[in-house]
Amino acid sequence: MSSPLIDIRQLCVTYRFAGQITEAVRGVSLQVSQGETVAIVGESGSGKSTLANAMLGLLPDNAQPHGQLRVDGVDLSGASEKQKRALRGRTIGLVPQDPMVSLNPTLRIGQQIGEALTLAHGRRYPGVDADVIELLQQVGLDKPLLRARQYPHELSGGMRQRVLIAIALAGNPRLIIADEPTSALDVTVQRKILDHLQRLVAERGISLLIITHDLGVATDRADRILVMQQGELVEQGPPRQILDAPRHNYTRALLAAAPAFANRRKPRSSQHTAQAPILRLQGVGKTFDLPRLKGESRTFTALQNLSFEVYPGQTLAIVGESGSGKSTALRIALGLEKPSQGRVHFEQRDVTDLGWREFRPLRQRIQLVQQNPFAALDPRFTIFDSIVEPLVSFGLLTGPALEQAARELISRVHLPLSYLDRLPRELSGGQRQRVAIARALALKPDLLLLDEPVSALDVSVQAQILDLLLELQHELGIAYVLVSHDLAVVANMADQVLVLRNGQVVEQGPLAQVFDQPAHAYTRELIAAIPGRHSADLAA
Amino acid sequence: MSRYLIGRVGQAMLVLWGAYSISYFILYLLPGDTLAIMLSASGMEVDSLSPEDLARAQAYYGLDKGIFEQYVSLLWNAVQGDFGQSLSLNRPVNELLGERLPQTLSLASLAIVLSLIGGIGLAYLTAYVRWQPLKVAMARLPSLGFSVPVFWLGLLLIQVFAFSLGWFPATGSRGFDSLILPAVTLAIPSAAVYAQVLQRGFQGVWQEPYITTAYAKGLSRWQVQARHGFKNAALPILTLIGLQVGNTVSGAVLVETIFARNGVGRLAQEAVLRQDIPVVLAIVAVSAAAFVLVNLIVDLLYPYLDPRIAHTPRVS
Amino acid sequence: MNAESRIALLPHSPASLSLTWQRRSRLQRAVTALLPLLRRPGFSLALLIVLFALVAALLPGLLSSFDPYATSPADKLTAPNLVHWFGTDELGRDLYTRVVYGSSLSVQAALLAVGIALVGGLGLGVLSGFAGGRIDAVIMRFVDVLLALPGLLLALAIVTAIGFGTIPVAIAVGVGIIPGFARTTRAEVLRVKTLPYVEAARLGGASWCSTLLRHILPNAWGPVAVLATLDFGAAILATAGLSFLGFGAAPPAAEWGTLIANGRHFLITAPWVSLLPGFFVVAVVFSLNHIARTLEENPR
Repeated sequence: MSSPLIDIRQLCVTYRFAGQITEAVRGVSLQVSQGETVAIVGESGSGKSTLANAMLGLLPDNAQPHGQLRVDGVDLSGASEKQKRALRGRTIGLVPQDPMVSLNPTLRIGQQIGEALTLAHGRRYPGVDADVIELLQQVGLDKPLLRARQYPHELSGGMRQRVLIAIALAGNPRLIIADEPTSALDVTVQRKILDHLQRLVAERGISLLIITHDLGVATDRADRILVMQQGELVEQGPPRQILDAPRHNYTRALLAAAPAFANRRKPRSSQHTAQAPILRLQGVGKTFDLPRLKGESRTFTALQNLSFEVYPGQTLAIVGESGSGKSTALRIALGLEKPSQGRVHFEQRDVTDLGWREFRPLRQRIQLVQQNPFAALDPRFTIFDSIVEPLVSFGLLTGPALEQAARELISRVHLPLSYLDRLPRELSGGQRQRVAIARALALKPDLLLLDEPVSALDVSVQAQILDLLLELQHELGIAYVLVSHDLAVVANMADQVLVLRNGQVVEQGPLAQVFDQPAHAYTRELIAAIPGRHSADLAA
Repeated sequence: MSRYLIGRVGQAMLVLWGAYSISYFILYLLPGDTLAIMLSASGMEVDSLSPEDLARAQAYYGLDKGIFEQYVSLLWNAVQGDFGQSLSLNRPVNELLGERLPQTLSLASLAIVLSLIGGIGLAYLTAYVRWQPLKVAMARLPSLGFSVPVFWLGLLLIQVFAFSLGWFPATGSRGFDSLILPAVTLAIPSAAVYAQVLQRGFQGVWQEPYITTAYAKGLSRWQVQARHGFKNAALPILTLIGLQVGNTVSGAVLVETIFARNGVGRLAQEAVLRQDIPVVLAIVAVSAAAFVLVNLIVDLLYPYLDPRIAHTPRVS
Repeated sequence: MNAESRIALLPHSPASLSLTWQRRSRLQRAVTALLPLLRRPGFSLALLIVLFALVAALLPGLLSSFDPYATSPADKLTAPNLVHWFGTDELGRDLYTRVVYGSSLSVQAALLAVGIALVGGLGLGVLSGFAGGRIDAVIMRFVDVLLALPGLLLALAIVTAIGFGTIPVAIAVGVGIIPGFARTTRAEVLRVKTLPYVEAARLGGASWCSTLLRHILPNAWGPVAVLATLDFGAAILATAGLSFLGFGAAPPAAEWGTLIANGRHFLITAPWVSLLPGFFVVAVVFSLNHIARTLEENPR
């Protein structure tokens, strides 16, 4: 076999910012041969994105690479901008991370793909339009003629991702770098697109470099996996080896933390049937009125005939993809929305029609942990202020008693006392989520609603937060309603599972039943789409 | 689409009517004694008139009618184009406007063109330059541009270009030569605003992921900036042009005064000095109309530049 | 379940160490945030110039020993020298002193203008953003109408109606600036209103009133403060413009605009009479803009 397509030896990349020097990549060596699929796995701060940018020659001005970086024989560390530009698009293609923002909003799809084709040929050529249509067909878009004339905002996320793949393929590259190809889309959509991408690169003999934080995706799809931590390459090997015999501690920690590979919790003995449910929704439906438009329906049905019960000390997980209505269900349970049909009962009491004032006393018993920890805390409030705010709003405690309560709460979520004085921007995502949980616990609720509590966090941090939640449930006997799109997260937390699709309940039942004997095809699809599950099953 | 058009035009009419009404309120209802002001504008003293004369004066100025009646009759006349008589010059206001408007229009048009070229050019260059010290210096220029009082700048330019260098005439309204210095003076504050907004736009756009996608295709920096950067960064400029009409009109008052040009701006200054209410009302109304018209055109053009904005609301 | 996850965490301190934590006041926090900014030469210089202008406005006597109204025909139109730092005008008055005393009127006028705009604009913006619906639409239409009237012309109309002088000029300029404040405040209120922490506060039992005061206003304040600083400069320019046209305080009062207007007639022979006061105005306004921009780029 000829020399490797990518030949990196002892590469170091340092960033210089405001007088400080950070080493993003430290002494990394790797090779990628033609036709291989390689995955680089790492969390935020591991240096994987810097590595990808270095290969594309797109490092910012304040980054300094040292060491050997050869792409298709060309040494990039000494190359001119012109040489680097010759490589981009024609030797290396990029499929960027977030398809919602990676396309120019003011240019038509056809123009953007055509641009890539024109560049590959050197100038505009007569067959460009036909090639654009053909590419769109190859990446699996329906009605290619229509799509080429449309603008990005008229396409869904999955379609935009396919367009980006088309752009990457346009230059006939020998290597495609897929940057976090799974983070921005629904699980079932992700799976289809990645399958398609892998098929395309296999047909053309293109190498694929997958950059991801998801070990499951890597083990499912790659020939070789590289694990990076803090800029260093800590482990390398085929998926089999990584799963069965990981050598480095960090790899082991990643495996243990990835929900797909972690052990499923043991089902709890069903003592709940004796107790009354703490929350009960009966036949709840919600329809929204839409602004009047010709040819479009007047209403949008977010939820239809939703019924469930949550028992004290137990967890109900609501699973669904975007648009399934799961957030609406939470908001109705919280009293933020009124259902169009059906009743909501909190501890035997019908709370469906309560006004805000009447509902307010109940707020001490039901609390919410929101999805985005980065916006859930007022940036001007100290952690202390944020945590005790519910207590202050209800006037329950003041002065030293208030400070004591704050100390207890912050210890309960395993954060140091000194953090009470800090501002949210000084904390990481995981720490902020802990603060949000502490705030939710301030009023000692009996029911905690969690809206995608870990989806915005790194994998290892996710595991910590989930552990914390389990611990709190065990100690305090709180019931949870957990909303998530991630079945793997649900598998570790839930007692009962409810699957929603387009506002309708598709499956409902105890955890073991839903996972082992799914009744509905959609549930089966969701379970099959969990990245890494395939490999985990083989390993188990 | 036509429904939207009708709606928009209706809205514009509403705003224009509101502007006229507010001006009417300020000029006719705010002063303590409107009659006294109007009399002194015409060169007469209130005290020197007998009660019958006062009554006749009131009837002459239309001040004897009730507030509402007076307002309606004024509005009705204005809609038909009749703004009444100038108190101090004793000529129909329309005539005065007709004489002076072309001067101001030519000044304003040249100024707008210059400001666009200057502002956009500066911002484009600032974004393209990579050498930090120069880039930072260029980024500060717009700020200097709107720290400068327009009238003082005019004097400075006269001092340098007219008196010291002798390239352009200092004052007067004749010939294209005399238009240059006033237009440049008037253009600078607007150019500064365009440059500032476009700079910010470029900064923002440069961080966007689709710029990375463009680079990854193999485009050069120049190509990326022109094809992907500029179009997105320049979107706010169109809206700004509409808003800057107001500033241009205000600036024209000062510039025409300094350069002694016979335009509507100087007419306004003289009218205020003499408290000539009908003239002031007419000028304000016409300016408001120009503002409303330009903004209407901008609103209608906007979707052609930004495909995300449609005339019909989208269902999210 | 995962012992390793515990290892990654810092151990929490037992209750006996609670003495190590104290609540720092907001003032202390603000001061510590301001200090690094002062190390920048540009910012400090700008701050110095603005402070000079403020001192000139409040205590002009401190900065100059001359009398702004004392004429001395023998010294008329002398160029800047060591005795008369800015030279003298056509009546022999020391120009530097006139500029310093002029600060008083001009800065006061600008402060009044910005004050009016803040009260009016903030009020309208908060009401509009918070209430939404019909009220929002009506208020925004009103703001649109105000915008349609060009600033200077609106000021001219007001001055025609209520007369000349510093106070009418200030009121006129203030009313003209209201739309900008109203729109910015409204945009900020709308943005903050939908953020998760506002919802969290409401779910924690806070009333609308307390949410508005404790969460929405403090977080919406940033851009408004920047705009206020920028508009303070714009107000100085606008009031100078109006007094230049002759609508400001009557002579021999020394407003900046009047000074510049005065010097117009001697542009060929004694350009400093007009140009130097202008430079001073430019310096003050540019410094204000610089401060505003620095504050904007460094959110506290």
